[in-house]
Amino acid sequence: MHLDLTVVWTGVIFFAVFMYVLLDGFDLGIGMLFPFMPERGDRDTMMNTVAPVWDGNETWLVLGGTGLLAAFPVAYAIILSALYLPLCFMLVGLVFRGVAFEFRFKAKEGERHLWDKAFIGGSVVASFFQGVSLGAFLDGIAVSGRSFAGGPLDWLAPFPLLCGFGVMVAYTLLGVTWLIMKTEGELQARMVKVARPFALLLLAAIVIVSIWTPWRDPAVAARWFTFPNIVLLAPVPILVGVAIVLLLRTLAREPHRGPFIAALGLIFLGYSGMAISIWPHIVPPAISIWEAASPRSSQGFALVGTLAILPVILAYTGWSYWVFRGKVKADAGYH
Amino acid sequence: MFGLSALDLARVQFAFTMSFHILFPAITIGMASYLAVLELCWLRTKRQVYVDLYHYWLKVFAVTFGMGVVSGIVMAYQIGTNWGYLSEFAGSILGPILSYEVLTAFFLEAGFLGVMLFGWNRVGPGLHFAATCAVAVGTLISSTWILAANSWMQTPQGFAIEGGRMVPQDWLAIIFNPSFPYRLVHMVIAAYLTTALIVGASAAWQLLRKRDNPAVRKMLSMAMWMILLVAPIQAVVGDFHGLNTLKHQPAKLAAMEGHWQNEGDRAVPLLLFGVPDMEEERTKYAVGIPHLGSLILTHSWDGQFKGLKEFPRADRPNSLIVFWSFRLMVGLGLLMILLGAWSLWLRRGGRIFDKPWFLRFALWMGPAGLVAILAGWVTTEVGRQPWVVYGVLRTADAVSPHGAAPLALTLMIFIVSYFFVFGAGTLFVLRMIRKGPQHFALQSQPEGGPGEGRTPMRPISAANVRNDDEGGR
Repeated sequence: MHLDLTVVWTGVIFFAVFMYVLLDGFDLGIGMLFPFMPERGDRDTMMNTVAPVWDGNETWLVLGGTGLLAAFPVAYAIILSALYLPLCFMLVGLVFRGVAFEFRFKAKEGERHLWDKAFIGGSVVASFFQGVSLGAFLDGIAVSGRSFAGGPLDWLAPFPLLCGFGVMVAYTLLGVTWLIMKTEGELQARMVKVARPFALLLLAAIVIVSIWTPWRDPAVAARWFTFPNIVLLAPVPILVGVAIVLLLRTLAREPHRGPFIAALGLIFLGYSGMAISIWPHIVPPAISIWEAASPRSSQGFALVGTLAILPVILAYTGWSYWVFRGKVKADAGYH
Repeated sequence: MFGLSALDLARVQFAFTMSFHILFPAITIGMASYLAVLELCWLRTKRQVYVDLYHYWLKVFAVTFGMGVVSGIVMAYQIGTNWGYLSEFAGSILGPILSYEVLTAFFLEAGFLGVMLFGWNRVGPGLHFAATCAVAVGTLISSTWILAANSWMQTPQGFAIEGGRMVPQDWLAIIFNPSFPYRLVHMVIAAYLTTALIVGASAAWQLLRKRDNPAVRKMLSMAMWMILLVAPIQAVVGDFHGLNTLKHQPAKLAAMEGHWQNEGDRAVPLLLFGVPDMEEERTKYAVGIPHLGSLILTHSWDGQFKGLKEFPRADRPNSLIVFWSFRLMVGLGLLMILLGAWSLWLRRGGRIFDKPWFLRFALWMGPAGLVAILAGWVTTEVGRQPWVVYGVLRTADAVSPHGAAPLALTLMIFIVSYFFVFGAGTLFVLRMIRKGPQHFALQSQPEGGPGEGRTPMRPISAANVRNDDEGGR
């Protein structure tokens, strides 16, 4: 049997990026919630819920990047060139966020507010520009031959900007529901209150993207609305409905894990929906995964190491979340 | 910006983010091995001073590692954002190698680093030592992959060009390309020297402040032995590396020496000073030692090697830059050898610990390793111009199709934010070093709280000190 490594690699990259969204999403969300929680104690608790685990989360982004270069060099070249500005802004945001995370705990009293601001700013900038990049990517990248052929500000359009806010909402919802799971008392009660509007905002964002993309691109419309796809893919929108109902219901009575799991489900469905829309393209609307693929010898060589090490990383990640399970007490902070 | 073209800006930006990044791994590579040695000494001798030193430098290691991770994320994207055509053309070779680097680093970070940083009281001494060794080996494996990728671009082989892009033919030939062993050994030794110089400088600083104790003396002594033994080895390795460059990248070598042409069958001097002029095709104000150039590069009294004029103008690297960056690196290397020799001289009678001029010299040599690493990389990277994949793909063809404006904007943002963020980080490290080695209570229990309580895995949180003058908790 001739295994299509290109499809396998598509799965690996899909997985790595989703792991990144899943794991770093709520970290970034917490950064965006900071401005609404000015109390030092609340902020310490919020950070402590992610402090032990956040550092490995960003690595998925690096893995997604180098994996893309190894398996789909054409896509890596085009996407990263096309999204030059938003990606650079995102990276700078992540640098601030990452370092602020650590030095906030160690700062002198008078300097802490600076690191708080760096943390907030880094989280907002990174999230917004991840969304902008996603939107610009979905909206289609101008390509001639195997190179990027658009302009530096192509991403400065309504749809990408909307996606920027959409991702901010999605991450904030993840942050809110994470905190519902990990905290208790007044902080948790406040999170329960804000969860509902963010859930509805995210639903709105999903609906807008679901209308916009098929309206812009007939191929996407055909993917979803022709027979038999319309039947086969029906579970996706139905499950979105189920997830949002579950989210709102679990919020209504003494919530714990429910909202976070429902929010993850919602984001996974949205993410999968986008993948379904663009399949089999890796640079919509022109370049397919096979056209962007590296030679079999490259994909095979890189895949051996990836498949050997990924399970270990997953096991360790799962274990460290297990170790740090349970509520974080307000006074169990650093000081 | 400043009359720089988009290509120049793309290069400056990549050089900036890369140079900043390399400083952190350079320290962690050397520091991880140093920590392994300290722990081995502790297990062998059970002397308190080794535990104190281990935990002192472990904090520095942790913060540096954290900053390396953060600045490394940028690098995973800079290749594509700035060098789109390179990614497309050579990504099928560079991508898998870099993926292995990320997987190694990821694996290391996920597994052993947590035990090394936070496991002292939670696992047995043997297992903890094994974790330290695994981290040290992991940093070396990481450097192996990175240097394989870089060296392959300098001396590419094992590929074919099909349909306008590179296709790997032989992975072993790609990884073990001709310049790889020299570059790897040269860089790893450089990292060791860098660490030894930093350790030595911090000990000298304490001693100059009259903060004399066995731990400070021990680290000065260890650092000076390391420099004494390794700095001369580095010079020999550098010589081999130079010969390898002469064989595979003769234009780079001619530029490093400011050597334009051979005159008759006269021997080539070694220029100590000069101002290579790319337009006039000569090295102005040259001051040199006759025959020494021939002797070093051809290992014969009258040997000759190609001058820059033998290469088309379009294929010449900028001699002014590499001539001086190379001399800066070599000059610092010679000072390192001098420092090692001086320390040996002073060891008789233990004068090494109280000669102020020697201690001041050791202090000022603290950053010399880092500066030498940057100078060396400038030499090899500017020296490979105008090629990005040597002899195959020109840098000018490899760049992404950006205008100057977005590159200038992001360059400014990178510069401002890097100096702010990593400047604060460096300040924090320096404050930690200033405190000096503290007594480590062997029976202490880990403190509670998230990030501390069970098994935290954030590197920087191992630096369990507040960033203020009052010291640790």
